[in-house]
Amino acid sequence: MFNKDRWDEILQALATNKFRTFLTAFGVFWGIFILVLLLALTNGLKNGVTADFGDFATNSMFMWTQRTSMPYKGMPKGRNFSYKLDDVEAIKAQVPNLKYVSPRNQLGGFMGSNNVTRGTKTGAFEIYGDYPEYINQQPMDILQGRFISYSDINTKRKVCVIGTDVVKGLYDKGEEVMGSYIKINGVNFMVVGTFKMSNSQGDREQDANTVYIPFTTFGNAFNRGDNVGWMAITAVDDVTITSVKQQIFDLMKSRHKVAPEDDRAIGHWDLSEQFERVNGLFTILTIVGYFVGALVLMSGIIGISNIMLIVVKERTKEIGVRRALGASPWTIKGQILQESLLLTILSGMVGISFSAFMIWLLNYLLDSSGPVENFANPSVNMTVVFTALIILVVSGLLAGLIPANSATKMKPVDALRIE
Amino acid sequence: MIEIKNIHKSYHMGSNSLHVLKGINFNVKEGELVSIMGSSGSGKSTLLNILGMLDEADSGEYVLDGFPIQNLNEKIAAKYRNEFLGFIFQSFNLINYKSALDNVALPLYYQGIKRKERIDKARHYLEKVGLGPWSNHLPSELSGGQKQRVAIARALASDPKVLLADEPTGALDTATSYEVMELIQGINDEGKTILVVTHEHDIANMTKRIVNLKDGVIIDDSLVEQVRASQYV
Repeated sequence: MFNKDRWDEILQALATNKFRTFLTAFGVFWGIFILVLLLALTNGLKNGVTADFGDFATNSMFMWTQRTSMPYKGMPKGRNFSYKLDDVEAIKAQVPNLKYVSPRNQLGGFMGSNNVTRGTKTGAFEIYGDYPEYINQQPMDILQGRFISYSDINTKRKVCVIGTDVVKGLYDKGEEVMGSYIKINGVNFMVVGTFKMSNSQGDREQDANTVYIPFTTFGNAFNRGDNVGWMAITAVDDVTITSVKQQIFDLMKSRHKVAPEDDRAIGHWDLSEQFERVNGLFTILTIVGYFVGALVLMSGIIGISNIMLIVVKERTKEIGVRRALGASPWTIKGQILQESLLLTILSGMVGISFSAFMIWLLNYLLDSSGPVENFANPSVNMTVVFTALIILVVSGLLAGLIPANSATKMKPVDALRIE
Repeated sequence: MIEIKNIHKSYHMGSNSLHVLKGINFNVKEGELVSIMGSSGSGKSTLLNILGMLDEADSGEYVLDGFPIQNLNEKIAAKYRNEFLGFIFQSFNLINYKSALDNVALPLYYQGIKRKERIDKARHYLEKVGLGPWSNHLPSELSGGQKQRVAIARALASDPKVLLADEPTGALDTATSYEVMELIQGINDEGKTILVVTHEHDIANMTKRIVNLKDGVIIDDSLVEQVRASQYV
């Protein structure tokens, strides 16, 4: 397989028919090009859509309270209620398979008024009361200092962790941020850390416009007591949040005297369910990509098989001569197989390279023109490339098999007789 | 060197069957230069193809230099062809995209000989047939006589026991035919066993023994006084 003379023979045979070789190779080149490009575009679409989910732990849901819609146990309908901190403990204790249960409170927000001041500078930011686990649900990069800790929670320290945009808004360039104080709604907080969102893409500005303070401090400083605004709940990796959320709802309903069938009293957003839905869509799209790409590739393979058949036919006499000179059937077969393998792999490689170039070009254009809605970073992973290569090798062998067999099927004497 | 006993061969075309060889018995000793003559359809080419293991007899025995040639699989047949036999064809059958030198080296390639040694040997045989300066020419750049001499060099390259020539002068003019025959005679003088199929009497007379075939049987097998081709050249 790997001797130089065989290669010389093959290259000689291919070089004698340059144009035909080129046309044959083009079929496979085109097939693999389409396959890789289709998968890359699917991936780009997927990246674009899933970017909207951010990188919040996807096996999560958010849960908040709404007005009750039914009277129950002497309580009227249309009643407001609120989760308390001990609800969090109760969930942690009574519902299995949960990884994190983070109670949250918020101050300020969309189009909010100025609520943070530092000296003469002011800004409108989102203030969240959080537990230390929250950073595991919403990954962020701590640039300086640290995130909120349990000792902050326990001693209700007035400390805060601020986003990069908060730093930009409240500090002069080069000013020391750590250990300085900012005033949130009139209460002084010491800055113990700064952060930015991981993998921040253009639209994440809002997230960096955020100030995190310990949940317990939040309750004290802003008169929330142990009320919980909403909860971010993440399930363990091999159990979906969708499958356990009903248990949580039931628990909350019983603790707050809400009718068991009153589904409107508890609001929630199941990230996992939405994510799965989108993921399922893209799984189908990927399969379609593979399918269509493979079909296009197949027509290329058939082209190679066809050409190899013609080559064998044209060279019937030559093959007869070679056999008269002592070429064994396997030498002939091996040569034809290797020839078709070389053609497929070589043109496949060129196809993969060319599609890689196209993907690079697309990314370059996307980068220079700014983000496009629902489309980001088209790419294929190495698995796809290797799969494509394996498909190529297998199909190269298949393409050569029929011609190789027909080459040695004839008796040498008949092969020699053909003009 | 060659012993065949009661060889039969028929071709089937649809419902018709054509009995081409009807029991051939024939021996060739080492160093002989034999011509097989006969009109077309007499079965001389079929006989040569069977001797060359390019075709198989329906029945009969064939022993080549002590090796029984029967029911060989194609792999062994290829090996025997490569080691025992050299072929010279009427239409030369050179590979047209290979230089004269590479054509001659081809049987050595199938023997698995290393490239350098192969080229050295091939060059030696090419010089032997007087084509040293043409070694890098393609067959299309050679005359008919030169092509046949390349083919002879190729047949000799693997140092076979027997040379089989099927109408070696059939595509050549008289003068060139004699040149080629002179070469064949020279090779025979060195001790190589050669079988030549021909229908030309002057060519046949340049061999040492003439076997006449008619309708699939040998009608005459006689030694003749060899005419040296050199006297015509």
